[in-house]
Amino acid sequence: MAWKIDNEKCLRCGACVSVCPELALELKETGIVHDAKKCTLCGICEKVCPVRAIEVKK
Amino acid sequence: MIKDSYDVVVAGAGPGGSSVSKTLAELGFSVLMVEKRQEIGAPKRCGEGLTMNTVDIIGEIPQECIRQKIDGATLYAPNGNHVLVDLGAEGGYIVERKAFDKWLAVRASRAGATVVAHAEVTDVIKEGSQVTGVRILVGGGEEKTVRAKVVVAADGVESTVSRKAGLNTTNKLVNVDSGYQYEMSNLKLETSKRIILYFGNDIAPRGYLWIFPKGPDIANVGIGTAMSEKPAKWYLDKFIKDHPEIFGQSSIIEANSGGIPVGGFLENMVLDGFLVVGDAAHQVNPIHGGGMKEATIAGEMAAKVIAKAIEKGDVSASVLSEYNEMWWKERGSKLKKVEKLREVVEKLSDSDFNMISESLTSDVAIGLTRGGKMYSLAKILMKNPRLVKLARHLI
Repeated sequence: MAWKIDNEKCLRCGACVSVCPELALELKETGIVHDAKKCTLCGICEKVCPVRAIEVKK
Repeated sequence: MIKDSYDVVVAGAGPGGSSVSKTLAELGFSVLMVEKRQEIGAPKRCGEGLTMNTVDIIGEIPQECIRQKIDGATLYAPNGNHVLVDLGAEGGYIVERKAFDKWLAVRASRAGATVVAHAEVTDVIKEGSQVTGVRILVGGGEEKTVRAKVVVAADGVESTVSRKAGLNTTNKLVNVDSGYQYEMSNLKLETSKRIILYFGNDIAPRGYLWIFPKGPDIANVGIGTAMSEKPAKWYLDKFIKDHPEIFGQSSIIEANSGGIPVGGFLENMVLDGFLVVGDAAHQVNPIHGGGMKEATIAGEMAAKVIAKAIEKGDVSASVLSEYNEMWWKERGSKLKKVEKLREVVEKLSDSDFNMISESLTSDVAIGLTRGGKMYSLAKILMKNPRLVKLARHLI
């Protein structure tokens, strides 16, 4: 079980944040911040990412 | 620079935030507008197209913000058949968001609002159900509590501030387009006066691909897709490779990505002492994905309602909800129709697009983007018996 982001690919657009039902993601100046305690690994963020920088494994 | 309390605190300095801030400051209210990024307007998440009727709302735009005047659009069907849409005097501009957003913020500041970049709203303070202020991380260092009679979330598609306040603005996956774009140079463009849009399920599944010229050989080349097998970037890279006649000698001078809300409008956009505008409230045209006009209009509406509420001494949701009513009457009802159109368009096959391109006229194409001319499109669709049911969805 894991949520992973490739920070080299990520362009910090926040598309993933906008669809996260748990508000487990936030867009900060430094990049996407993931809260593992809130994340349910639903994978919606992975699907919306325009560059597929996110990988979710259940 | 940041005081302990204001009439209104606005989170986000895009077109929506600046519209609220400028209007309220002009009415004499104290306004703080904060932007979490270090630079207002950058990096852009936008094709930078602005229609002339948006310019009418915003006011005369300084030359340094305008890159290209547009007077038409070329729409390409998957088979290469194309429709020339004459935008004429309507037309529009391709702007430079970096300059444009800063100019909007400058205007708000000149009206009396305090604008601070690299200052992020990290939390919303509530007393019971009433929003009474925010926590702001200033310059990445000091965290400060600021009180406000009303807090406005104009923080873009991520819409974190609303959700922290307790208003659920989460986008459904089906209502978000994945956007990806390069600003490219040394392109071979037939003309820089027309935007070009490409449709097709192999080109841009459930969306379209665009070329928005910023000069004779410079353009934003972007794509919006949804529920697609491959990421948006993959489709754009493929298109560029497949069209050496345009991109053979081109260079990439900027890369952008973004999520575009294309539906799922919110019945309620207010809480006690709180409201949300712009992309954060899903206020985007669902067929073309443009949000600057909607954010500007909604921002002005929000400001007028807030002004009235503060003067009345009652900023409760029941008073602020006049904003819901105004927005749904003026914009929501129209955009809801456009959302229906999007739902129909996303079901079209490539051969359907080809067929439509045979009969689509300029005024129908323009009307459709504004929630009109649905009957005209329905009539075209009905030429194909298979599409009759879909056509009925439009009328």
